[in-house]
Amino acid sequence: MKKSKVFWIYVAVALVVYGIVEFLISNGNLDMYYSNLFITIAINVILAVSLHLVIGITGQFSIGHAGFLAVGAYISAIFTTNLGWPFPVALLIGAFVAAIAGLIVGIPTLRLKGDYLAIATLGFAEIIRIVFLNIDYVGGAAGMQVDYLTTWSYAFFAVLITIIVISNFTNSRHGRACIAVREDEIAADAMGINTTFYKVLAFAIGSFFAGLAGGLFSHNFFIIQPSQFGFLKSFDILIYVVLGGLGSLSGSIIAAILLTIISLYLQDFPETRMIIYSLVLIIVMLYRPSGLMGTKEVTDLFKFGKKSRGGNVNE
Amino acid sequence: MSNLLLKVENVGIQFGGLKAVSGLNMDMHQGELIGLIGPNGAGKTTSFNMLTGVYKPTEGVITFDGKKTNNMSPHQVTKSGVSRTFQNIRLFKELSVLDNVKVANHSLAHHSVLSSILRLPSYFSGEAKMEQQSIEFLKIFGLDKYMHELAKNLPYGMQRRLEIARALAAKPKLLLLDEPAAGMNPQETHDLMELIALIREKFDLTILLIEHDMGLVMGICERIYVLDHGQLIAHGNPEDIRNNPKVIEAYLGEEVTG
Repeated sequence: MKKSKVFWIYVAVALVVYGIVEFLISNGNLDMYYSNLFITIAINVILAVSLHLVIGITGQFSIGHAGFLAVGAYISAIFTTNLGWPFPVALLIGAFVAAIAGLIVGIPTLRLKGDYLAIATLGFAEIIRIVFLNIDYVGGAAGMQVDYLTTWSYAFFAVLITIIVISNFTNSRHGRACIAVREDEIAADAMGINTTFYKVLAFAIGSFFAGLAGGLFSHNFFIIQPSQFGFLKSFDILIYVVLGGLGSLSGSIIAAILLTIISLYLQDFPETRMIIYSLVLIIVMLYRPSGLMGTKEVTDLFKFGKKSRGGNVNE
Repeated sequence: MSNLLLKVENVGIQFGGLKAVSGLNMDMHQGELIGLIGPNGAGKTTSFNMLTGVYKPTEGVITFDGKKTNNMSPHQVTKSGVSRTFQNIRLFKELSVLDNVKVANHSLAHHSVLSSILRLPSYFSGEAKMEQQSIEFLKIFGLDKYMHELAKNLPYGMQRRLEIARALAAKPKLLLLDEPAAGMNPQETHDLMELIALIREKFDLTILLIEHDMGLVMGICERIYVLDHGQLIAHGNPEDIRNNPKVIEAYLGEEVTG
């Protein structure tokens, strides 16, 4: 089939990029600073793509994504650092626990819509943060020491799996059901779609990958603290998705990469950093109000086979 | 007469102190085409919403195909065989015409979330089946040449047709049409009448329609129910309804005496 051929081309391109970066890192051409940049980009892309599924595809305005990031970060850190389990297993456990947290948060809150859902998810994310803040086992406010285990290979393959899973999900009957929920919940319900099920499912999958990103995040520093997972972190992720274009998977990836690089280089200008960053956001939103990619995907630019696309939430 | 498909007994709904509909009694047999008319605000759409599970009736019993549907949620009602269109078009605007129909075809294939993510063979066969079925529906409605357009880019009359196509794709036994001819010109209304007759025969449907276009209602409906102020005021064949003094009063007002 033509579509699957295109798919393997993308995978091959991605693997070549991986190979080059891996070669440069192991050869010592890229120092810690740059390899760290690549890992940070990977983590942010996972976060952006997972939130894209919740907001861009299913249309559920959740701004508590950092809460699930925190769950993944702490749980996987406990399993590696305190219990000595292997890193990949701990990553998976962190992701699963985050998905369960997503279910627990999602089932009651996803009855709400729009602003109310946003407030509720924000509240739950803060609860998660406060819980970790008050558990002495994970160090409380002082933070928790974590082994440095995240490498470019782990980060890259986590990104690859995330993108494949979420784009395959989106391009199936289940993904279409989620888009239908976003477009018109009442009509979707009337067409036989179990809207509650799909909202919770999308939320749980989104939380799963946020948890995966959390595991990579915590093992990329030597210490994690609850303050790293505040609502500002949630907004950072939200900005990737909105700036990239709601409903565009590639848009959220591009936005995550660009903004990570911008905010890193702006660290040289600590006084004006946030001003410039804000200006970038304002300018993009003024000139491209529906986000960088709008409703399009990068693949549309090459006119490869027709897919069911995200589209735009703002009518 | 053939077997009873829908039975509505003493159904009513109350919003706070307002009784929107009360004491509604209807029955529909397999294969019938029935009209539901009444002045604006009579409770027609509210009745539709109760039949499809959007509202839960506060009194009475709705039985569809032998099952009580009062407390089912809309998607369960749809799965049991009731599908509908909306008064104000509710298409999935940012999805293509084809995908709109595919959404309603959701239960046709059974590939799971996992097989979709892993792209197992059941995913490919399921999606292919859905695509083929959906295109067939679009062909009946003459929409197949627009299948890759976004639904919001279709002209108004086409959007109305697409809504009916989408409702049919959910495989209903009973199709509820909420003002299918609203905003259409006489020619389009005429085409629509023919289309309704066609799909009714082809899919062996039972149809209940709300409509303000009396030409359409009187032309194709076998029986008509008339609602006014949430009450059923008349019921009968088109000829009876046309001459019923209560119906004339509801639509035109009371004659001024003296």
